[in-house]
Amino acid sequence: MIEKDVKIINNAGLHTRPAATIVKIAAKYKCDFNLMKDGLTINGKSIIGVMTLAAEKGSTIRLMFDGEDEEQAAAEMTDYFERGFDEM
Amino acid sequence: MTDDKSNILRGIGAAPGLAIAKAYLFKKERESINQGYIEDIDDAIKSLDEALDRSRKELGKIFSLAIDKLGEKRASIFEAQIMILDDPVLIENIKKRINDEKRYPEYIVDDEISKYQKLMDEVNESYMKERSLDIADIKNRIIRNLKQKKWKSRITQEVIVVTDNLTPADSVLFTRANARGYVTNFGGLTSHAAIIARSLNVPAVVGVHEATVKINDGETIIIDGFKGIVVVNPTEEQLAKYEERVQKLHIYDKELALLKDQPAVTSDGKKIALLSNLDLFEEMDMIVQNGADGVGLVRTEQVFEEYAQFPSEEEQYKFYSEIAKKIYPNNAIIRALDIGGDKVLPFDVKEANPFLGWRGIRFLLDNRPLFKTQIRAVLRASTNRNIKFMLPMIASIVEIRQSRKLIEECKKELDAERIHYDSDMQVGIMIEVPSAAVMANEFAAEADFMSIGTNDLIQYLLAVDRGNEIVSGLYQEFHPAVIRSLEHIIREGKIKDKFVSICGEMASDPIAIPLLVGLGLDSLSLSPAQLPVTKRIIRSISYKEVKNLADECLKLETECEIKDKLNHFFNEKIEEQIRTSYL
Repeated sequence: MIEKDVKIINNAGLHTRPAATIVKIAAKYKCDFNLMKDGLTINGKSIIGVMTLAAEKGSTIRLMFDGEDEEQAAAEMTDYFERGFDEM
Repeated sequence: MTDDKSNILRGIGAAPGLAIAKAYLFKKERESINQGYIEDIDDAIKSLDEALDRSRKELGKIFSLAIDKLGEKRASIFEAQIMILDDPVLIENIKKRINDEKRYPEYIVDDEISKYQKLMDEVNESYMKERSLDIADIKNRIIRNLKQKKWKSRITQEVIVVTDNLTPADSVLFTRANARGYVTNFGGLTSHAAIIARSLNVPAVVGVHEATVKINDGETIIIDGFKGIVVVNPTEEQLAKYEERVQKLHIYDKELALLKDQPAVTSDGKKIALLSNLDLFEEMDMIVQNGADGVGLVRTEQVFEEYAQFPSEEEQYKFYSEIAKKIYPNNAIIRALDIGGDKVLPFDVKEANPFLGWRGIRFLLDNRPLFKTQIRAVLRASTNRNIKFMLPMIASIVEIRQSRKLIEECKKELDAERIHYDSDMQVGIMIEVPSAAVMANEFAAEADFMSIGTNDLIQYLLAVDRGNEIVSGLYQEFHPAVIRSLEHIIREGKIKDKFVSICGEMASDPIAIPLLVGLGLDSLSLSPAQLPVTKRIIRSISYKEVKNLADECLKLETECEIKDKLNHFFNEKIEEQIRTSYL
């Protein structure tokens, strides 16, 4: 189990396009992937779930990976958040 | 007397005609939910899977359209919607609940997706409210697909459909279900909805802002498709006035019907072949009734739209031979599949500029098995020697030669299979790309006939997207460059002794008829509803005077001057009755 706190750094926040990309990245890996914000835990492989997360610029989200390929998944996903969803 | 104008809405008269009926407000988001219990779980799961599948297909089409019209970023909402249909957590949950609770899938879908909406609504941010609406949209799409045919049966009486925007599929379905007219918030004169409404002879007023807000369901409305007017809750006075007009129009239509067996010939004896375009097979009866000299353009996209996949040779053959039979002994010109541009491609292709992209003959020559299937079906339907074949979007001679080669290949195959066809079937081309217009002489040498597609020719010549509301005002039918191009194409075609026709929207415009005849066209192909009035106009002019008119127009330098001249001619020479009823 890997847990990582990441910050939303792009101006538009976690809007629909990055939400879709997050789910696409998660789908590539076998491990479970959850996002936690304000006490709410969301399955990161569910687009409709990720879309319920309201995360503006500056907010923090906890990413949780659990399973055989959790390390690779965590690396790619964290990187995507740190790149500001490629909108910087 | 001054009318009380407060109940009059204005838009664009997209299809002529008058209708008085109750308004039917078509809102796609309104669906009732059956909360009952089910017996057969497997059946429910199956219908859910089918509904998801249909939604996927619908959204796939919308997504590729949205990319063109809105750009990749704004279109991403549709991508997310498509992903929702495959959301493993959501779909698994819904199926599990159907299994456990044994209730209608539509109830479970509604309940489950609404939970997410609620989460979004709780966040006090406007973008989350919007996101919730997007989720509602996909929810309603699935629900609508779960109860697929239900909304149609709701129209049992004659109504005027009032809606945001009308897809071609919607307008066809509605017309089959007693719609007497259409009013839409958006859309322009050349939108597909407008074209289809015209060809089905149903009046339409489009681009009426907030029609769906200002008109209530069940209210009586009058639509005037000539003038682009909608009267909401008419006063007795207004009602009486329009009822009288409807009567007059009815009498006039009857008079026109008497012209059915009369030829379209000018007063000094020039015969014009008056052909009809065929968008939908349903129009066939009207075409025959209105006394067409043949079908000048069969748009085969309709056959392809009716099937989820490309129709087989057999399915196409049946359709084409049915047309050949109905129009016999006259001819029908079948145009090869013209998709792309604003007609969605069957494959998931993203083009920055679809009108300049993979469409018409380009698509066909890159998909030869599909093209050959169509060629074989058309050849087989030609046994009574009244079928001609036409190639769309020809931009270079090589495309004609390659197509002819494929046609020859198909003929050899049919010979080997001992299947009959018309070995002399004519193969013509559409002139709708400026390169083809410029080289009309050389192209005419390679084709058996030519038909000018004005819609595309004008937009390519003037570099104006006719579907783009911002610049649609620059789409000018009577731009001097358009008139001169027409003259050039017709002249060059005649030098090569080829039959030249025209099949764009322009031929359905009464004002344009004297000019088109004057430019020397042998034939006009127009929407079936316009046949009688066009025949009447042709019979009331002399070729000599319209030739002069055309010559004068060719000297003018702005559209405005040309329009003035044509309007002036129309007012002077064309009977009062035609003008007041149709303009």
